[in-house]
Amino acid sequence: MAISSQDNAMRTGRATRVFIYVFLLVFALFYLLPFFIMVVNSVKPLGEITGGNMIALPEVWTIEPWLSAWSTAQIGVEPTGLRPYFWNSIKMVVPAVVICTIIGALNGYILTKWRFRGDTFIFGLMLFSCFIPFQIVLIPMARILGILDISGTTSGLVLVHVVYGIGFSTLYFRNYYAAFPTELVRAAQIDGAGFFQIFYRILLPSSGPIAVVCVIWLFTNIWNDFLFGASFASGGAAPMTVALNNLVNSSTGVREYNVHFAGAIMAALPTLLVYIVAGRYFVRGLMAGSVKG
Amino acid sequence: MATDTSVDLRTRLQNWLPKLVLAPSFALVLIFVYGFIVFTIYLSFTDSRMLPSYGLVGWENYSKLFRIREWDVAITNLAIFASLYIVICTVIGLLLAIFLDQKIRGEGVLRPIFLYPMALSFIVTGTAWKWFLDPGIGIENTMHLWGWESFEFNWIKDRNMAIYTIVIAAVWQTSGFVMAMFLAGLRGIDTEILKAAQMDGASNWQMYRRIIIPQLRPAFLSAFVILCHLAIKSYDLVIALTGGGPGNATAVPATFMYSYTFTRNQMGIGASSAVIMLMTIAAIMVPYLYAELREKK
Repeated sequence: MAISSQDNAMRTGRATRVFIYVFLLVFALFYLLPFFIMVVNSVKPLGEITGGNMIALPEVWTIEPWLSAWSTAQIGVEPTGLRPYFWNSIKMVVPAVVICTIIGALNGYILTKWRFRGDTFIFGLMLFSCFIPFQIVLIPMARILGILDISGTTSGLVLVHVVYGIGFSTLYFRNYYAAFPTELVRAAQIDGAGFFQIFYRILLPSSGPIAVVCVIWLFTNIWNDFLFGASFASGGAAPMTVALNNLVNSSTGVREYNVHFAGAIMAALPTLLVYIVAGRYFVRGLMAGSVKG
Repeated sequence: MATDTSVDLRTRLQNWLPKLVLAPSFALVLIFVYGFIVFTIYLSFTDSRMLPSYGLVGWENYSKLFRIREWDVAITNLAIFASLYIVICTVIGLLLAIFLDQKIRGEGVLRPIFLYPMALSFIVTGTAWKWFLDPGIGIENTMHLWGWESFEFNWIKDRNMAIYTIVIAAVWQTSGFVMAMFLAGLRGIDTEILKAAQMDGASNWQMYRRIIIPQLRPAFLSAFVILCHLAIKSYDLVIALTGGGPGNATAVPATFMYSYTFTRNQMGIGASSAVIMLMTIAAIMVPYLYAELREKK
């Protein structure tokens, strides 16, 4: 066998190479097809869908399904479209992400630079909280939201997402700050800098990358959540995912597939946009979620 | 003397500040996670029905739970779903990562295509696949229109096959992510060892089997833990894709818990099913996290 190739890629014959490309392209098709079909069918009149081929391009292009999904489709009992629910999701995601990120940054800073007895244990407790099945907290959470008088509201959902987001945001910032030179912190401390000064002046300015990762992770997770939304905020305060599910599974009338697809794409757009804009960070964020990459 | 105590107070405050700032999060986690877990465990031993009640009934809910046929179905479904999902995702993820690591032209285009489903909500994924798999209008219909009249694919309507359609959609959603984990692992392997092995005349197959794949052990472990965790928690996808049907053919513990707690007014049984789910995840996560945290020290 010939040696001396510089890289560690396989030295492959032509046939193998063709096979690899075909394999990768087939999978690319597999991943793209469902989304392609959703897009194509969201701009077809309903008749073309029920009587026709789902892969074919529309004969008549129409944006009617999109308009309907956005502002007139029947969600539950009201023909409001998805618009109000879209705003519900925004109103839920933005505060939850901001609060969670700030708390995570502070926690990460404390758990790496101000270590004390039992800090690893505390971190362990927080870390495990990321992985519990949320079914275990549904019943008491419903009670607490009732007692606080915020059940069925967006603020209630914000609280829920903040509480169960702290574990992940702390994890990200802790792992990131762990690599940050502690000598810098010690030096500043000797110069008389206090707890918050060190955080603002030394750690925060270099936290950009991890903040992006954390925001992306929280944003996609909270936006995509269904269980909490369905449990604690059905009706008018429901987030987008719950409204979409109601739209698609409503049993009354004709199944307007094109409207369903337009709605599904709307629900997917914010996270897709985040993914396209910050894709590389997105991967890194997901990887960090695996504790060790 | 007076200044001494004020300095002392200041340093003491500084020493307490980190703990004070950490305290609210710690309290939240303690109450909302561990307190709630204890509360749900407690409820699982009570006769709670529509609302929590506090009459203790011992292990009755658990013994009832395991006599309910739907729970049997849910557990069996979870076993089928989780094992297929984990194995198929790992195999596809590993193959894609290895192939993509071969200096492929267009890697920058392919990688995001493999990954984007992970950004979507399971509700969106479920909506897309539900329709795609619907025999009247989806893939089966298309094949008929293309002239393949005998083509049949109605798993989603078939009690015995419906659970496999959930595997398909879930694999579609996460296999790209598993690929990214393996790809990161592959890119982290020391090339010196590989060169040395190449010098010794190792074939590609031998290199992967003997050197590269064994070195991916941490990536395998992470993938396994994450996939297990996703499988046990899976609720959205089942709701969006099949709603647990036909009948209760695709019920999983997550849907079982929800329906017994909130729609069938059997909160005690719902709570005990949640406890079983927690125990299953804890059995996987606790040793893993323990090992991770110890290593970091």
